[in-house]
Amino acid sequence: MRREGPYSGTEPQGPVPSSETIAPWTETRVVGEPLARVDGYERVSGSAVYTLDMTLPGMLHAVVVRCPHAHARVRRVATAKAAAMPGVEAVVTADSPGTKIPWFPGANGPTSWLFDPICRHEGEEVAAVAARTRKQAEEAARAVEVEYEELPFVVDQAAALAPGAPAVHEGGNRQGEAKPTARGDVAQGFTEADAVVERTFRTACQIHTTMEVHVSIAQWDGDRLTVWDSSQGVFGQRAELADALGLPLANVRVICHYMGGGFGSKLDLGKYTVIAALLARQTARPVKVAVPREETFLCVGNRPDHTMTLKAGVKKDGALTALQLTGVGTVGAYPAGATGGYQVLDLYRCPNVHVEETEVFVNAGQARAMRAPGFPQCSWALEQVMDELAAAIGMDPVALRLKNLTAVSQLRGGQLYTSTGLERCLTEGAEAFGWAEARARKPAAGPVVRGVGVAACMWGYAGEPNATVILRYFSDGSANLCMGASDIGTGTKTVMAMVVAEELGVPLDRLQIDHADTGSAPYAPPSGGSQTVLVNAPAVRAAALDVKRQLIDLAAAQLKVPAAALELRDRQFVVRPGADTGGQAPPAPLPVTDLGALRRQQVVVGLGRRAPHPAGKVALPFAAQFAEVEVDTRTGEVRVLRMLGAHDSGRPMNRLTFENQVFGGMAMGIGFGMTEGRVLDRQTGRMVNANWHDYKIPTALDVPATSTCVPIDPHDTECNSTGAKGLGEPATIPTAAAIANAVFHATGIRVTDVPINPTAMVRLLAERRARR
Amino acid sequence: MRTKTGGPPPTALEVSRRTFIASVGVGVVGAAALEKGVAAQAPRLGAGDTRAMRLRVNGRERQIEVAANTTLLEALRDQLELTGTKPGCERGECGACTVLVGDEARYACLTLALEVEGAEITTVEGLMRGEALGDVQQAFVERDAFQCGYCTSGQVMAVEALLRRSPDPSAAEVREGVSGNLCRCGAYPHIFDAADLAARRRRGQEG
Repeated sequence: MRREGPYSGTEPQGPVPSSETIAPWTETRVVGEPLARVDGYERVSGSAVYTLDMTLPGMLHAVVVRCPHAHARVRRVATAKAAAMPGVEAVVTADSPGTKIPWFPGANGPTSWLFDPICRHEGEEVAAVAARTRKQAEEAARAVEVEYEELPFVVDQAAALAPGAPAVHEGGNRQGEAKPTARGDVAQGFTEADAVVERTFRTACQIHTTMEVHVSIAQWDGDRLTVWDSSQGVFGQRAELADALGLPLANVRVICHYMGGGFGSKLDLGKYTVIAALLARQTARPVKVAVPREETFLCVGNRPDHTMTLKAGVKKDGALTALQLTGVGTVGAYPAGATGGYQVLDLYRCPNVHVEETEVFVNAGQARAMRAPGFPQCSWALEQVMDELAAAIGMDPVALRLKNLTAVSQLRGGQLYTSTGLERCLTEGAEAFGWAEARARKPAAGPVVRGVGVAACMWGYAGEPNATVILRYFSDGSANLCMGASDIGTGTKTVMAMVVAEELGVPLDRLQIDHADTGSAPYAPPSGGSQTVLVNAPAVRAAALDVKRQLIDLAAAQLKVPAAALELRDRQFVVRPGADTGGQAPPAPLPVTDLGALRRQQVVVGLGRRAPHPAGKVALPFAAQFAEVEVDTRTGEVRVLRMLGAHDSGRPMNRLTFENQVFGGMAMGIGFGMTEGRVLDRQTGRMVNANWHDYKIPTALDVPATSTCVPIDPHDTECNSTGAKGLGEPATIPTAAAIANAVFHATGIRVTDVPINPTAMVRLLAERRARR
Repeated sequence: MRTKTGGPPPTALEVSRRTFIASVGVGVVGAAALEKGVAAQAPRLGAGDTRAMRLRVNGRERQIEVAANTTLLEALRDQLELTGTKPGCERGECGACTVLVGDEARYACLTLALEVEGAEITTVEGLMRGEALGDVQQAFVERDAFQCGYCTSGQVMAVEALLRRSPDPSAAEVREGVSGNLCRCGAYPHIFDAADLAARRRRGQEG
């Protein structure tokens, strides 16, 4: 990220029909149904063209030369040999004109440059080569001679904070000052407690590893730039590109039609995109830069590793008296967010809370937003401590959570939630899971033991209420929706098509969707932070109602009845039952295709805008997940047998994609808790598992055989005109903690550090045997 | 066949297919087999040399020019422009590039184009019947067995291979059958459902 935060934007303005005054649906015919995706055919047939699949006439391939050291000064870059290699068209380095582009702006000016003379992590960009084929570019990149002066480095969070540690930046290794957030008096709260628990938890650095690598194709037409980009947010890319290259916004067009996963790592402008643009300008040809798989582990973001010490006090009746979190998060080599205390401050009712977090620079790739930034880390600590408190006072873990629910956001000065279904998530989830029976089950004899665990969560971002869409309704009753949002795989297009179908009866296969193209679509915020549906669907609904109003006006004129007497039903204009037709006999139903004015003008154009959030209230999603595990106490193997996710994400807009999203979030949570983690070698400062063989993301064999999704719809009539809240993030937040709690239930062992894998379990089991 | 750069006349590549079959979930071509099979019998191609070969893909034979190290994945995407087969890691870790060689699932990134001369190769495009989706593809759509869709071609091909060798797979076989195909979106439960639906339909048990 170069300038603004990924979710920043402006307040909506203008006279466009807004979702503000639209009443919520009482019943729906299409929305909520389990419908297959509108772009399923393209995605399974192989015909969907992802950015990585694209080839343009005359297109060159570029490869970035990256620093192999954790910390080094670039002494000299010699490119003559590379430039003379077969197929090579251009080479850029820090010495090339136009490459002095500031990067990672801080409070006191830029922290770095496109090609920084000091490389602060393995994989930092030093130069780039464009050639006719990718292989030629790879070979030429290897021929670029770089002389490095290696500098002292630090890659370990604790070591970076130690006195005398090598400095990542001149100002030291702390990103800003640790600022405590507090309310009440925690010392008093701990005095009042009947039981106090304190533990230190650690989570690993998780890498997004999207299936489609990060890739951009840049093409110039004079001083106008078009970039095809695997991006979660084309408007953010456009703004950052325009800024980096000194271009007007109108001269930068960014397009992303199909993209193979983002999870937060494709929200920010990458250096590779700017490099593609520079090389394309230099060669006057389109240039593609695809980041090789191994490099995506180094330099396109990660979830920071966290160390969290959490102290909690509780009364015998289960009421929390105090929560105190001291956290350290690793931002990597450049500014990024690495805090995670949100849920400690806001998930449960607690009068006395103190959170203090430190963000640390190390010589490793910069963190980026990753699916619920900060939240799974916090859940890992908070939800395990809740489990421990329940054990300490002899209370059921579900009951303890129910005891501490709140209807207001304590972080937002007691603002009410538009809805909170957390109580139902816990109770209905427990019921569907068979929680009480499973908890009461007698431990099995023998070395293989079972246990169940629960974890609750919330997600703290309400979304940027700022999107405008264009809906064009054609004379044959088909339509085109033009929107700015990327569909990053969550089914955005399908949900939007269902909203149009709901209001106008346009069948899903008669709606064309143009999206994520800054050259044609109005602004939408990036598809991240679980905001895509809740921001865009109300705008689409407003546009559909705008079209409907215009159509009914045309029909009323043709039928010579008051517009208020007509409604559009099954693609026909019919008189509302009991409506005043102005003395006329009720006309026969008029098919939309028989609307003369529509035939003549060919199209009705509707606009829709997302209304601001409700004043004085906040709309956030909640969830509870349940896990059952089996632990082999001989080998330390832990198997997740089943998982259940009870999710209040408001109205489930499509039950099929909703469920898929929940299961997918759980899979990522299993990776976070059980299999994943960046390993940096303290001797060399380099990542030793920068590939999918050594960095293990969950496979089909790692997810449970039984997964259940329980949508909890609180019928939120205030959050927005569709009743939908966010889903992508909460789906992954509590999973790892629920599994850890199930492991505790099965074994009595509290696993404080990820990953829960056989190596760790064998050690913990041995320690327990030694204590006995 | 001919070499573009002279050298000894080529011999037909008589590589036992079985030697090279990397079943899904294993997916690694034995280096020893590679040496014995290809290096011993292949015409000598220097770095940068290319040779004409015939590649039979989706029932059609195409003559292409390949280097010794051209992978099947590169040949399919760069020369035949069949971009349904996706590169994920290009080192046999993710399965996004899974295709069928004969009836077996293979990672196209770990398969040299010259290895599969004469073999029947099927890509995701080859499962289509004209414009209509094949039965596995149709089941993937109906069961929403993907999110971003990038790994989907590989998942579809892995299921296709599974159903060809095991028409009535158990749940465990289905999981094992796609365990060499990573899905970062985590659509696995729906992939299992889709495989089950396709299997039942193929056995005529569900319309």
